[in-house]
Amino acid sequence: MSWITKTFTSSIGRKVIVAITGLFLCTFLVVHLVGNLQLFKDDGGAAFNIYSHFMGTNPVIRTLEWVLVLGFGFHIYESYTLAVRNRAARKVGYVDSRPSENSPWYSRSMALLGTLILIFLIVHMYNFFYRARFGDLDPDINNNDDLYTLVVTSFKQWWYVLLYVGAQIALCYHLIHGFRSGFQTLGLNHRKYTPIIRVIGYIFAIVVCAGFASMPLYFYFFK
Amino acid sequence: MAGNNPNAKPMNLTLKVWRQRNRNSEGKIVEYQVKDISPEMSFLEMLDVLNEDLLLKGDEPVAFDHDCREGICGSCDLFINGRAHGPEKGTTTCQLHMRKFSDGDTITIEPWRANAFPVNRDLSVDRSAFDRIIQAGGYISVNTGGVPDGNEIPIPKNIADKAFEAATCISCGACVAACKNASAMLFVSAKISQLALLPQGQVERKTRVENMVAQMDKEGFGACTNIGQCAAECPVGISLENIALMNREFISAKATSENLA
Repeated sequence: MSWITKTFTSSIGRKVIVAITGLFLCTFLVVHLVGNLQLFKDDGGAAFNIYSHFMGTNPVIRTLEWVLVLGFGFHIYESYTLAVRNRAARKVGYVDSRPSENSPWYSRSMALLGTLILIFLIVHMYNFFYRARFGDLDPDINNNDDLYTLVVTSFKQWWYVLLYVGAQIALCYHLIHGFRSGFQTLGLNHRKYTPIIRVIGYIFAIVVCAGFASMPLYFYFFK
Repeated sequence: MAGNNPNAKPMNLTLKVWRQRNRNSEGKIVEYQVKDISPEMSFLEMLDVLNEDLLLKGDEPVAFDHDCREGICGSCDLFINGRAHGPEKGTTTCQLHMRKFSDGDTITIEPWRANAFPVNRDLSVDRSAFDRIIQAGGYISVNTGGVPDGNEIPIPKNIADKAFEAATCISCGACVAACKNASAMLFVSAKISQLALLPQGQVERKTRVENMVAQMDKEGFGACTNIGQCAAECPVGISLENIALMNREFISAKATSENLA
């Protein structure tokens, strides 16, 4: 094995990949959330459809889309590999184990939360991304594909709203641990900045997830 | 051993103890009753009482590791009621006293659980994986010859304190035992930090972190997920800052060392 493969298959090497891709995916969440806020514009979806047309056709965005796919791919693959290895590190478990006395549940449940988010992601991609890219959406007044109407009608179904809000709760806990954990793994722990990173992590997780959850709730209850 | 406090009421306890003959045999939990335990006894003294009873009955005593019994050797590796070293924060098992329990309690006692720490017998585990990690790089090169003068090498107070804090690690393995992933990163990072912070550790700085992390992985410990169970259960309070420092050391060593292997 060369030093490169050795580095990235070591425990810390894999952790570093999870951290970098995780923090990168956080930046994606911001872009995704900010763009989607156009759903709230009361123009029958014209602005949102212009935006989604741009996101689906702009060559820079289409290139970055692959970077995003790689980000997700590496984050999921490396986390999975680590989770399998970590589980295998204790073949015989304890008869009496009380981890709740020394740590929060969500920090211990990152693989489970991640799996829930992945299931949501697959459903979400199929519903919106797949149909926007490969489906046959009707044109809106500007002759853009009318993704807005698809979103609004989807969010009129209660089980959809439940799935989306549930996924955001899972994402929120995943981010509360993941945000600060990413910095820690990259070695960015400092008595000046770590407390600030913790606070930013909480705010980030809550604002992002509340923002995403507000969309299905808004269309279900107020539209 | 009964203590000096006349108000200390003796306790009767039910113990559920992991019994296992040797590394290859199947183990199981066996229940015992112990009577007239003084609240002022240490946990290990309570086990001594159990073993005396067992010997009188002609049973095999329970094997457990212990040495100094004053909280500095790191031998007494018991998982008590679902926690490494028991319910009290910042203590080893020998410094846990029976006053933390109540009359009639049932106490479950298990060995450390990790593939890298195979059970030798009953509650005693083999922690030589830690020794092999230390052998892989937990040392410094020094010139033989005359003893250097004290304070000859200037070290800032805060750095010296940090290195000392890391050096207080007693290698007890509670971090591994408590970690959901059976990760040894708190232990390894304490050793790496201690030497990376001090001028004496600079000679092997890069090879040390590369070799110690490689050995840690080879021993079959899990990888840290930054939960913090280790630091919460550490009897000497080694902090997670050390793990961040180790990660930093590892990343920079891998990026800049001349080791191509």
